[in-house]
Formats: sequence, C-alpha cells, structure tokens
Amino acid sequence: MSSERVQGTNRVKRGMAEMLKGGVIMDVVDAEQAKIAEDAGAVAVMALERVPADIRAQGGVARMSDPHLINGIKAAVSIPVMAKARIGHFVEAQVLQSLQVDYIDESEVLTPADFKHHINKWDFTVPFVCGATNLGEALRRITEGAAMIRSKGEAGTGDVSNAVTHMRTIRGEIAHLKTLAKDELYVAAKELQAPYDLVCEVAELGHLPVVLFTAGGIATPADAALMMQLGADGVFVGSGIFKSGDPAKRAKAIVEATANYMNPDVLARVSEGLGEAMVGINVSDIPVPHRLAERGW
Amino acid sequence: MSARPLIGVLALQGDVREHARALAANGADVREVRIPEDLLGVQGMVLPGGESTTMSKLLHFQGLFEPLQERLDSGLPVYGSCAGMILLASEILDGRVDQTSFSRIDMSVRRNAFGSQVDSFESDLDMPVCGDMPMPAVFIRAPWVERIGDGVTVLARISTAAGADRIVAVEQGPAMATSFHPELTADVRVHGHFMTIVRRHA
Repeated sequence: MSSERVQGTNRVKRGMAEMLKGGVIMDVVDAEQAKIAEDAGAVAVMALERVPADIRAQGGVARMSDPHLINGIKAAVSIPVMAKARIGHFVEAQVLQSLQVDYIDESEVLTPADFKHHINKWDFTVPFVCGATNLGEALRRITEGAAMIRSKGEAGTGDVSNAVTHMRTIRGEIAHLKTLAKDELYVAAKELQAPYDLVCEVAELGHLPVVLFTAGGIATPADAALMMQLGADGVFVGSGIFKSGDPAKRAKAIVEATANYMNPDVLARVSEGLGEAMVGINVSDIPVPHRLAERGW
Repeated sequence: MSARPLIGVLALQGDVREHARALAANGADVREVRIPEDLLGVQGMVLPGGESTTMSKLLHFQGLFEPLQERLDSGLPVYGSCAGMILLASEILDGRVDQTSFSRIDMSVRRNAFGSQVDSFESDLDMPVCGDMPMPAVFIRAPWVERIGDGVTVLARISTAAGADRIVAVEQGPAMATSFHPELTADVRVHGHFMTIVRRHA
C-alpha cells in the first residue's frame, strides 16, 4: 500500500541535482562523444548542437539540438542526459521535455530567443539549470523555477577567469548577506533585485537553496579542482574535452580531479601527459558584445 | 563500542552531506571516505545517492573497491540509497557491462526502473520497521528490486503505475538498501534503523 505519487516537485527537481554533486557534466554533440564521456565517469552529459568553441568560431544562430541526435545520445548512455534550450525559448523546452531529457539548461551559450523574459520554469515537470554571474541573477532564476544554478564563466574560451570571478562573487555576496541584521535584508533584497523571502532564506542557510555548479572555460584537471575549492558543488565542462588532443584521457582526468579536488598529489598524477589542451582564447581579447556571459539578466 | 559510532560515508560523488546530517542526527560521528586509509576504524558505511556508474569507476580509480569489499565481506554494516542500493546488489539489470558491485544483498536491482527524471516522484510509504508513521520517500531516477534471495527481508514496497508491487527497501544481515532518498527529507528514521543495525553488529 502507498499513497499518491507527486511528480515535478521542488524536492524531486532539486534532489536530482543533489545526486550530481562532486561530478562532472560534459558537453557532447553526438552519441559517440556521449559514450566517451560515460566511459570516463561523467555523471551526466549535456546535448547541444555545437560545443561553445565552435559556436564562437562559426557564428550564426545557435539553437536546441536536433531531437534525432538527442534520442541517439539517450539510447547510447545510461547516465542522465541534459540538453540546452535558448533563453526564453519555452517551446524548445517543451520539445525537450517531450523527449524526456533529464534536465534542461536554459543557456546563454545558445542565441537568446527573448531579450526580456526567461522561461517560466514552474510550468515544467523536467527540472532546469540556469547560469548566473552573481547572487541576484541566481536568485532571479530560482524565482523563475530553476532547480540548479551554474556559474556562467565564459564558455568556449578555455579561460577559467570568468568562472572564478562568478563563483567568488556569488560566494562573497552570500557571506555578506549573513552579516546583515534582519531589518537590513529588505534593502539587500532591493539591491539584489530578488524576492525578500528568498534573500532571507539564503542569509539563514549560508548557501543557495539549490546546488551550485561551475561552468565556462574549464579546460584542465587543475581548473576543475580550483573551482571545487572555490565552493562549486560540481563541474560542467564544455569545449574543454572534445576540443583537446585526447578527449577520453582528459575527460577521465577531470573526473578524478573533481573527486580529489583537495589532494594535490592526485591532481599532479592525473594532470600528467594529457596531450594538447584546447587552444583557448583570452576573455579579455573578446569584444564585449561577443561575450556570452553578458546574455541573461 | 563508543557512545557515538563512527560511520563512513563514501564521498567520491553524490549527496554525501545529506547522509552525514541524517547520521549525525542519529548520534553518529561521520567521516567522509575517499581513499583506503579512510576506512580505518569505521563501524559502518553509507553508500550515498548519486550516479552508480561514476561511483563504480571512481571506486576502482581510487583503489578503494577491494579494501571496501573486504570490510563488507567481513560483516561491516552498510546502508545504500539509490545508487548505493545498486552498488550492494548481487545482480544489476540495465547497468553497464563494466559496472561492478559489492554483492552484499542477494537481489536483482533494475537501474532507472521508474523511468527518466520526468517520472521521478515523491510518495509516502509504509515502512513498519521505522514505526507506524508513513515514511516520506523521494524517488529520483530510482531503481527497484526485481528478485530477492532467501534471507533478504523486505522493508517497504510501492505499487507502480502499471499496478505491480515493487520492492523498494530491503535488509540482509548487516546490509540494508533503499531505492529512495530518505536523506533528502527531514525524516531521519531510516538512518535511525541503520544505526540500530550498526549497534547490533558491534
């Protein structure tokens, strides 16, 4: 005997992200890459049309992946499959939910479909992850129903500096909230442009009410461990793996580095002989209008 | 045994903190286990929720699989939730061919048996071993038990959408497992039951 079942609750959506903690989620464009990721120990794969470095190099409008490719990836692996939808493109999200992907990333890496509104994520049973550069942005996404947050970093660059900035910013802003008196949280909520109740919750918890991963520019095992030591719950790696010389080896090394992020001896061992890292672009060389982290608000 | 038993939580990946909290609430001291040396002195182990294929790989990468297998074979009490249940099964259905487990409970477990994330759900269960109050249970891409051997006690079942009854919590000697995640709720009775097993086997 058992009572009624409820699907798509906050606990089920946020809980799914809790299960990914300490793990690496890898960008893949097809079933073959997905298998390499699973073999390396990825906790999930992220299906997208092109990895961010190619989107950057080739330009044009970047959209949700072809359902045929997503189905191929789902059939090829047993780990969770996530997929990216454009910011504000709730119909791409409806399609992805219909395909039964396990998580949707409403992502600034794709070309935004709406420059004002994000997707109302409460409308969906499937959970969403969204990018953020600071605490206010993270809390606005949670208000819209995001069940997981990741730093934006600067995708497709192999330059970890923006991911560092975003993680330090979010962590610093949370630490500041904790020092405020209750009556000061009203103004804090106004300044963060986030709901008062959620601001109070974060001030009390000392962390976001959802899992916080890092993303954007992570290319080496040491990059992944750096982000974990800065307080990330886990790591997204985009172009860093499949734009490198030996994807299978690098993928496994980043998985091991993430699990052993506090152990420099392991980090030294897994960093050895990985072949070429992705060439990379310095974020400072990218003109501001072409920086993906500026998308979303 | 000391007043506060030392319980290890496998900390390679997954919801380690949540288990640590539920164990501490039941009077345990908790140690995160990543390398073989971490196993020294632990009086019980928890295998958390997470991705079972990832944990299985990392157990081998870390050289932790064999030492932990030895401790479990010599009767160390162990509790696994979700991915942890899969790691304790004697047979994994719908797993990867290279996936290994500790085979501490004589059962066949089907991975992702309830479906993908959109099928994940919450429900209250009857779990008499934890008392009369319904047990709030969170199922996330959860496995179920399709077969149990002699000596395995069923602690809870759930009816599926298709109307079949599935086993979702079991116990055999010093080992127990749940398909669901009690660690995601404020109800710590499942971990309390595990601590009873730990004390019984001390």
